[in-house]
Amino acid sequence: MSQEASVTAASQKAVEQGRDLHLTGLSKRYPNGFQAVKSLDLVVPSGSFFALLGPSGCGKTTTLRMVAGLEVPTEGSITIGDVDITHEKPYRRPVNTVFQNYALFPHLTITENVEFGLKRKGIKDTTAQVKEMLELTELTGQAAKKPAQLSGGQQQRVALARALINRPELLLLDEPLGALDLKLRRTMQIELKRIQAEVGITFVHVTHDQEEAMTMADTVAVMNKGAIEQMGSPYQLYTNPMTTFVANFLGRSNLIKGKVVGREGFGADEIVKADMYGTTVSIKASRVHTTSKDGWIGIRPEKVIIQPQGTPIDAPGNHLSGAVVVGASYIGVSTEYTLEMPWGQELICFEQNTGRRGGLVKVGTNVDVSWRPEFAFLLDSAQDADAGREDD
Amino acid sequence: MRVARTTDVATLTRRQRTGLWLIAPAAAWLLIFFVIPFYSLLATSLFDPNGSVLTGYKVTWHFANFGHAIAGYWPEIVRSFTYAGIATVLCLLLGYTLAYAIAFKAGRWKTLLLVMVIAPFFTSFLIRTLAWKLILGDDGWLVNTFKTLHLMPQGSRILATPVAVIAGLTYNFLPFMILPLYTSLEKMDPKLLEAAGDLYAKPAQAFFKVTWPLSIPGVVGGVLLTFIPATGDYINASLLGSPNERMVGNVIQSLFTTTGDYAQAGALSVVLLVIIVALVMLYVRRSGSEDLL
Repeated sequence: MSQEASVTAASQKAVEQGRDLHLTGLSKRYPNGFQAVKSLDLVVPSGSFFALLGPSGCGKTTTLRMVAGLEVPTEGSITIGDVDITHEKPYRRPVNTVFQNYALFPHLTITENVEFGLKRKGIKDTTAQVKEMLELTELTGQAAKKPAQLSGGQQQRVALARALINRPELLLLDEPLGALDLKLRRTMQIELKRIQAEVGITFVHVTHDQEEAMTMADTVAVMNKGAIEQMGSPYQLYTNPMTTFVANFLGRSNLIKGKVVGREGFGADEIVKADMYGTTVSIKASRVHTTSKDGWIGIRPEKVIIQPQGTPIDAPGNHLSGAVVVGASYIGVSTEYTLEMPWGQELICFEQNTGRRGGLVKVGTNVDVSWRPEFAFLLDSAQDADAGREDD
Repeated sequence: MRVARTTDVATLTRRQRTGLWLIAPAAAWLLIFFVIPFYSLLATSLFDPNGSVLTGYKVTWHFANFGHAIAGYWPEIVRSFTYAGIATVLCLLLGYTLAYAIAFKAGRWKTLLLVMVIAPFFTSFLIRTLAWKLILGDDGWLVNTFKTLHLMPQGSRILATPVAVIAGLTYNFLPFMILPLYTSLEKMDPKLLEAAGDLYAKPAQAFFKVTWPLSIPGVVGGVLLTFIPATGDYINASLLGSPNERMVGNVIQSLFTTTGDYAQAGALSVVLLVIIVALVMLYVRRSGSEDLL
């Protein structure tokens, strides 16, 4: 009873302490000259679920390993609150890690795996804490088994329990769901989020799966080539990407060449007018992320509205005609149309199958294309329009 | 129905016959190289002790041979197990360090180091031990250097002492310790050590809680491969030792080849065998790896 009370008190204290993780000018250069992380500045607020998202080789795992103390930074500092842990030994950091492929101790039972950290800290009676942790991760029945006797999902939960039982200030998760199949991964995503909300510990989660990052994290930092491209809530990142990499890596985007021709309005209402192959389209100034005249006009596929030519289109704002449907894939919940624009470029349009249309738009149909101006964004034309695409 | 059953039986018999043929080579091997020699050794140990090469030998179920063997040669038996035990411990300490270094720290030198561990096998066991006789000799450079540096008192020697015999045993059986240790250490995921460090284990704790338990199969294998042949070895004692370092192997060898006392030699061999088997069983059970036997 008193044991349990003290555990709760300890976790309460960790939350109340509210020590944020600060990475300042953090760099990692390997002896072979490869710069894995380039002067990273980052603040992870205490108690948040933070995701580092990026393709393989972007430096996200190296960053995590530096925080865990498994890799020594070339430059910069890592602090928790105002305590500098940059050169602290891993076993002296208030940080625990859920490793990729779990790294469970194969010779120890689940109980022994879970209590490993507490035992090293010199705690003799771990029964109550182990029991509590096994309940939290739904492993109560597996306590006496060895890791090899468990399924992938159960092993994943053991790895989580083994780290969480130490009540770290920071829990690092290195692609924790990478080895699981899709369905189990979805279940575990919800499970992880539930556990994080329950224990209130800061989670820093490394993943290359954008859906996973968006489902779980409060804040996502998109990393590319050792640097952070953009950081924000999943909603901010998705609706208002600032680079072509983010626009393509998080979901998909139509990027169309455009030229800024003028501005209207002031403050929050300021609108940028851009010429797009002869049609003038409007973009909110807060969504313009380039200073040059040329830019990529971006629009998410589900924001694109189509209507067969001759019937009225139900959308104000940017309006284009002369497009032809060249492909239609029916996915059940939605249909993905490929549209060939008059200038030869192909755009994608996702349409919810609400039944409003009473069937699909046939391939070969001439359609009008439109979208609401508040959904468009303008990116720097110097950037590669294909950056961050899965198929590149 | 009846036809089907007949075919069934025929198939089964054919299968059984195939099985027998497949077992045959292994069975023949065991029969020729284990059962027959073992039977012959047992029979020898029960010979009439009064037999000689000239008068011939007879199996007279003379069980007193065992008692005589133990009573007459217990100092050599105890010495054999002591020397082999010390050599095994030294091999374990040296071998573990080396195997650990090769498995985790060697990087691109791994293959070269492994080749160097195996390289001594390219020369005969006997020649290598003779080489040690020269190195450890009273006028050898090693003893002279030690004496010059006052690490050894004048008039003392290494050759023909227990130190020389144990050193020889350690040297000769070290690769048999290193290889199984290396195999079990090399299989270990280095991430486990990172995980141990992450869970507050200091390097020494990580070693005793993770590395050591995971290397137990290698330790058991290496200890058996070192201890068993070292106990029965007679080359090291006869080349590097004096009569004071005689081991059971030397006694058996001289009883068989010089004295011609086959009954004593056989009985002593069986005694040695029984003690080793008993020790191995005890050891394997204690280390919790019955599945190795």
